[in-house]
Amino acid sequence: MSYATQKLAEEKVFKDPVHRYIHVRDQVIWDVIGSKEFQRLRRIKQLGTTYLVFHGAEHSRFHHSLGVYEIVRRIVDDVFEGRPEWDASERLVVLCAALLHDLGHGPFSHAFENVFNLDHEEFTRKILLEDTEVNEILKRVSDDFPQKVADVIAKTYSNKQVVSLISSQIDADRMDYLQRDAYFTGVSYGHFDMERILRVMRPREDQVVIKSSGMHAVEDYIMSRYQMYWQVYFHPVSRSAEVILTKILHRAKVLSETGYHFEQQPNHFKGFFDGTFTLKDYLALDEGVLLTYFQIWMSEKDAILADLCDRFVNRKLFQYIEFDLAKDYVKMKELEQLFKKAGIDPAYYLVFDSSSDLPYDFYRPGEEGERIPIHLLMPSGEIRELSRESNVVEAITGKRRTDHKLYFPEDFLTADGKKKALKKQILELLK
Amino acid sequence: MQVIEHAKIVQFIGAADGITGRKKLQKMVYIAKKLQYAYKEKYEFHMYGPYSEELTLRVEELCNMGFLQEERQDKGSYVQYKYQATDAGDHFVQMAQLEEASPALFTCINLMKEKSSRFLELVSTLLYFEHLPKEEQVEKLHVVKGKLNFSEVEIDEAYIFVMNLMNQRAIH
Repeated sequence: MSYATQKLAEEKVFKDPVHRYIHVRDQVIWDVIGSKEFQRLRRIKQLGTTYLVFHGAEHSRFHHSLGVYEIVRRIVDDVFEGRPEWDASERLVVLCAALLHDLGHGPFSHAFENVFNLDHEEFTRKILLEDTEVNEILKRVSDDFPQKVADVIAKTYSNKQVVSLISSQIDADRMDYLQRDAYFTGVSYGHFDMERILRVMRPREDQVVIKSSGMHAVEDYIMSRYQMYWQVYFHPVSRSAEVILTKILHRAKVLSETGYHFEQQPNHFKGFFDGTFTLKDYLALDEGVLLTYFQIWMSEKDAILADLCDRFVNRKLFQYIEFDLAKDYVKMKELEQLFKKAGIDPAYYLVFDSSSDLPYDFYRPGEEGERIPIHLLMPSGEIRELSRESNVVEAITGKRRTDHKLYFPEDFLTADGKKKALKKQILELLK
Repeated sequence: MQVIEHAKIVQFIGAADGITGRKKLQKMVYIAKKLQYAYKEKYEFHMYGPYSEELTLRVEELCNMGFLQEERQDKGSYVQYKYQATDAGDHFVQMAQLEEASPALFTCINLMKEKSSRFLELVSTLLYFEHLPKEEQVEKLHVVKGKLNFSEVEIDEAYIFVMNLMNQRAIH
């Protein structure tokens, strides 16, 4: 028996709060889960700073990755098995891609990537293809297997149907994170009938379609995406924490570039400050490491870095107001000047944040140049785009809801001390 | 501050004196980014090659703000969108204190504008695979874009086009 088809002597199961059990029979999958690069995902939270708003949201990318794997396993082993449109030889590559699709995420990855101009997809590719434990395991399947898994995750694999299971507008990734994030945040949104959706999925050329009898379950899924975004993912307080986190990293980078002497050498960050980092440096980071530095930096002499770290660690977040850039961009300039006069650096303490900074994949019915829509398989065999059949989806499709906020440290402006009149003037403008 | 990223997109579209087609806009910004012009939008690979949801949302926000004007053109089987910077958009760019588009960027934008979205899709896909040797780039192109049947002539033209853009950047 080859390594690719080797089964465990006994099926292993992981208890899971969303799917109840995660089933592993394949030796390859079991070995990949045990690799150090995959275990690292335990130390990276799925929702970054959201735990500062929804205290239950401490679940990790490890949980989510296993969940995506389990959904795909059920699709290929239960729903697709024996169907002529499904190529069973793709089973192992799609299972590995499901399990490893988030492998390159770093600690608080959105903020980290933003400041250091990185891309977690690039790291996923590197971890799969370079000298790592995961690569060593995948290579035992065949020399080209790591590349195949990387191609599925990068959406450049030749079989589009395989790609669409992991990454499309109705895929295992979204189906897992919506339910998991709802469970751990404790919100009542995010629930939909996944069992029903799985039962009506059908493999077709280059895509997976949904039998039209399952349309209402898909409507629920689309609504869940919409509600979870505005209620959880783009929660303004969570965004405030993200803004501060970004500014901490930004400040540390600027200090390093200007020759500042840190009390404690930031060895883990050095390569990221000067652009000389290696894959090993990247894999050495996790959220525990970052939070340790934030604790240490609270005692730094640089007042901005120390203050921002104190705010993040002790949850003294920025206040925010709705900010209509179209009307108020002139006011923004005025505020920047006043902040400077008040001795508050606007580069760190006056932050405009908009919904495009955390892109939400609104359902798009396949407009020019965009993504593949959800297709319904009609009883006649015809394929129809979802929003043409569903009034519910049509109603929220293409509607532009955007959100812009201005974040600032209200406590600095209300504290007793110097420049009271100036601070009062700023507060008036921020009303 | 993120206002700058919004302003850069208004400036980009203004420098082109309007861009017709969402796909074209997506590919133009991607190509400019690959040529090391400072655009921050994140791209992933999608059905028409590199695509940025961030850019799509940013353009929608700019339309909502009145800094860009979107015009829908019904082409029968599909709808095409044309984007143009408004006077308010130009003022916004000035207020954001963005440097004027460099001559190199200006030339790059206008060279791209002259090309079809199919051609820009080809160029951006090749650039997406730039980390691979040339032969493998072409091989990969045929895997992901098999149905578009790009000819050798088109592929050669795409490479010459990229070289030309890079030369423009170097000259200026």
